[in-house]
Amino acid sequence: MKFSLTWLKDHLETGASLQEILDTLNAIGLEVEGVEDPATSLAGFRVAKVLTAAPHPDADKLQVLTVDTGEGDPLQVVCGAPNARAGMKGVLGLPGAVVPSNGMELRKSAIRGVESNGMMCSVRELELGEDHDGIIELPDDAPVGSSFADYHGASPVIDVAITPNRPDCMGVYGVARDLAAAGLGTLKPIAMPQFSASGACPVEIRTDDAEGCPAFYGRVVKGVKNGPSPDWLQQRLTSAGQRPISLLVDLTNYLMLAFGRPAHVYDLAKLSGAVVARRAKDGEQVLALNEKTYTLDESMVVIADDNEVHDVAGIMGGENSGVQPETTDVLLEIAYFNPARIGVTGRKLGLASDARTRFERGVDPAFLEDGLDLLTGLIVELAGGSASEMTRAGSPPSEAKIVAFDTALTARLGGVEVPADEQKRILESLGFTVSGDWPKNGNVTCPLRRHDIEGPADLVEEVVRIHGLDKVESVALPRVEGVARPTATPQQLMERKLRRAAAGSGLDEAITWSFLPVDAAEHFTATDDLWVLDNPISEDMKAMRPSLIPGLLIAAKRSADRGAGATRLFELGRRYFRGPGGMSDERPTLGAVLAGEKTPRGWASGKAQAFDAYDAKAAALTLLEAAGAPVANLMVMGEAGPQFHPGQSATLRLGPKNVLARFGMVHPATLKAFDMDGPVAAVELFLDAIPAKKAGKGPVSFARPGFTPPALQAVTRDFAFLVPAELAAEDLLKAVRGSDKANITAARVFDVFTGQGVPEGKKSIAIEVTLQPQDKSYKDADLKAIAEKVVAGAAKLGAELRG
Amino acid sequence: MTELTDQKQTTLAAIAAATTLDALEEQRVGALGKKGWVSLALKTLGQMSPDERKDAAPAIQAVRAEVADALDARKTALETAALEAQLASETIDLTLPPPAAAKGSIHPVSQVMDELAEIFADLGFAVATGPEIEDDWHNFTALNMDESHPARAMHDTFYFPDKSADGGEMLLRTHTSPVQIRSMKDQGAPIRIIAPGRVYRSDSDATHTPMFHQVEGLVVDRDIHLGHLKWTLETFFKAFFEREDIVLRLRPSYFPFTEPSVEVDVGYSNEGDRRVVGGHGDAEGHDWMELGGSGMVNRRVLEMAGVDPDEYQGFAFGLGIDRIAMLKYGMNDLRAFFDGDPRWLQHYGFSPFDQPTLSGGVGVRP
Repeated sequence: MKFSLTWLKDHLETGASLQEILDTLNAIGLEVEGVEDPATSLAGFRVAKVLTAAPHPDADKLQVLTVDTGEGDPLQVVCGAPNARAGMKGVLGLPGAVVPSNGMELRKSAIRGVESNGMMCSVRELELGEDHDGIIELPDDAPVGSSFADYHGASPVIDVAITPNRPDCMGVYGVARDLAAAGLGTLKPIAMPQFSASGACPVEIRTDDAEGCPAFYGRVVKGVKNGPSPDWLQQRLTSAGQRPISLLVDLTNYLMLAFGRPAHVYDLAKLSGAVVARRAKDGEQVLALNEKTYTLDESMVVIADDNEVHDVAGIMGGENSGVQPETTDVLLEIAYFNPARIGVTGRKLGLASDARTRFERGVDPAFLEDGLDLLTGLIVELAGGSASEMTRAGSPPSEAKIVAFDTALTARLGGVEVPADEQKRILESLGFTVSGDWPKNGNVTCPLRRHDIEGPADLVEEVVRIHGLDKVESVALPRVEGVARPTATPQQLMERKLRRAAAGSGLDEAITWSFLPVDAAEHFTATDDLWVLDNPISEDMKAMRPSLIPGLLIAAKRSADRGAGATRLFELGRRYFRGPGGMSDERPTLGAVLAGEKTPRGWASGKAQAFDAYDAKAAALTLLEAAGAPVANLMVMGEAGPQFHPGQSATLRLGPKNVLARFGMVHPATLKAFDMDGPVAAVELFLDAIPAKKAGKGPVSFARPGFTPPALQAVTRDFAFLVPAELAAEDLLKAVRGSDKANITAARVFDVFTGQGVPEGKKSIAIEVTLQPQDKSYKDADLKAIAEKVVAGAAKLGAELRG
Repeated sequence: MTELTDQKQTTLAAIAAATTLDALEEQRVGALGKKGWVSLALKTLGQMSPDERKDAAPAIQAVRAEVADALDARKTALETAALEAQLASETIDLTLPPPAAAKGSIHPVSQVMDELAEIFADLGFAVATGPEIEDDWHNFTALNMDESHPARAMHDTFYFPDKSADGGEMLLRTHTSPVQIRSMKDQGAPIRIIAPGRVYRSDSDATHTPMFHQVEGLVVDRDIHLGHLKWTLETFFKAFFEREDIVLRLRPSYFPFTEPSVEVDVGYSNEGDRRVVGGHGDAEGHDWMELGGSGMVNRRVLEMAGVDPDEYQGFAFGLGIDRIAMLKYGMNDLRAFFDGDPRWLQHYGFSPFDQPTLSGGVGVRP
């Protein structure tokens, strides 16, 4: 909310400087968002007198003026305004001055060959209004040479953010009240203009919706003369950022901006019959002042006459009964609307207005009659006419809230000691009344305008913010004796370790959007049950991700488009699914994408190498191990999903159903859908599927199982088997390892071969078996027996020892 | 005897002249082999009388030793020369690049979350989490923003068309505050938690992204007040920025879920185009910067979370993680956080070994 310092001083008697006022506003919770000081923006603009005006020798529409600036020789200025003439006074911008409307710095220049030493300004150029038909004309008594800012009485404009709990400060008067309470001056009483009201209101006023519109007061003023507002009024509205329209409209805006009280003025000539606050009929329409038509429903309150709706109550008036320049008779409306209902209507219609902002937060229920009298008085004073008596339908809420209050709560909650007397003074200066057994068992009666006060904590806030939050001293939280206890959960520890293991294995951690384009998300889900936003910010950010891979693919594509050689990205985040009760099921996941060149061409390594499925497998195993999964027990199985190359991808499972990870090469069709070049490898770890370690009972034990390295040296034996071509190497290894568990401690493949010497439909797999003797060294017979077991175990899978 | 001396001289000369191990072996065989002249000379000792032998034996043995030593010395010299020649031939250009291992990185947001956890753990806070897809009860109603509350409209909320089983509107959480509710419902009071995580607002411009990170703090106990809040945030920022000159300014504000509500500003100065936290905001060359919202938990919120507001009270705060990460580590573009550009990640990311610790300090020096 913006207002000028002058306006504030209409209501606050104060000797405080601008800076003190700004500091205090911030200190009491009325945050200053900005200050515009016209003395700064109008620096370099002076009152000047045009001495002579002659046509420009080379331009029809320009004149060459000599201008008296109050000092030195008159200046020559080229001007295009039709109203520029000898003898007039106006505003001259000197070289160096910056034109407020466009930020242009004025310079001495030649305009069509004629020297010009400044610019005579229009109202719009100085941002004082919209008029741009000619230059500003000042009265004859304007002192030539004086600063225009001083002459204009330009006052600094303060922009204050009013929090939604303080509709009482959505008028300058309310701000003044808060400042006065904070000791910055004295709140002036509202100056009520005198007028005489005679005769009953000729229009019947009614409220047929006592819940939506508890009170509707009105009055008719006849014989008014609408027209432009006086300067003081225009200046105030302009400082608030409002464009002056006409006296009648400006006065209702003034009432709202100065006192936080919206009102409405109807052109009486356009009304017919009783004017009634009622519920709209379903489908009823109204053409509002913003020239848009709104279709209403039964939940909304409207003001209507016999013919039509004239007002979306509390939000916006109707175009058809708005006042015009020629309007002479008016009906004034001041009403109290149910705040919640106004909010619902505003949201349904998508219609925002200054009136709605105030009504939905709650206007002062005690300021209907005074507000109407104030508006009437100003109209009669400035626009003439004669006012009828006030007519009232219904009544606003009038029961004040009384809060039981113990002043000790201020220290208990606010952490600052404020003397009981000072607490009382603060509350009273804000309009609260204090009774009961102060300071322990007081009763605080709240002004009706303070809809935000619910209980004693709110009173503490009032006291503390006026007293000064800077007086709250830091107090240490109590802490446990000794060293702080660990707080991380097993899940958190696992994620920390996993994240650092992933980075340690050469992957860069990315954070990508949780939302994806719908097609990208659909590409990665088997169900059509995605979470899709109703109001996405763009189509690219619409569906919650069912996998971490698509977001990483999108990032890797961007990276490749920027010319990156290799992109190794991982992300640790959530996938979003449907959970019970309509809630979400968000599963911790690690995704990784390996794109581009694993190894660039090199002097030693030769051609560039792409990532392959074994890189993905290595990453999956390394990271699963870091995450605490029992890697040795995992099975490599298929069904990584249609996003993967069917022959170069796999899942890692603990048991046949529990999928811990999937990895492999991304399917060419997926790459095409993401507009990428391949090959690209990807990994996804489903962290929720990793079985949690059982927490032991009693105190934590860090001890590991006992272990002594065997004294006897291990021996290795090599076996080459011919096996069916489709046999998985892992199966053969398992058979070998299982053939003599007591002696075989490891078995690994060191060669796989097809080709010459290997029959069609077969392949050769060579395995190195590690044997660990326990109590005594192996003898030849022992080794022979073990070898026989190995061969027998492998034979169950159709493997035969190569001769 | 002269004959023996001559043979010795000849052999020693040949040994010295030998340039290969083969030539050297030839000399060894010729002198010390079974039929070598030294061996033959030794055999003559058997036929000598004891007296003759007494004189001749030491002389022949001395010749033998001299020849053997010369052979050994020459052999070592030849071997050394051969090895040197071989090594010389194996010289490689070590200015060539070795095979490179990819260096990974930790995202600044993760790093700062770990820093937060480390500092707050020392103050007795645990880390709590909650769902990002929430219902409006947890995100708004339980935080004292009922359906008609104007503050709801100010949250730029992302909504889903779906409803929960209770008829609640499903949405993306606009703040981490719902975790307050869930944690208090689960654990009751007293409680000390921080809740870092993703939050969402339908807002996108140069300084806002539709997804960002917040950390919620909550302390509820019997006699917690605004002074504790101020101390906690001061203590945190001093540890986080490793500066003792952190000055906070509390300003009254409004959040439906706290009463009183307090906006927290920190003093800073500009160094070049970078904001540097520290100093009093009103001091010369300094100003205040908003860090986040906070306040004493509204008793209605305690009630809705199942905590007795007549027995317990406490404070809550919310800070932007991305924002404090930028302040600490000097990034200036929030949008780059979520772009996944490896160049940016490698520049602003952290080594996996930079795990924050209290003893090492929770900040990573460049």
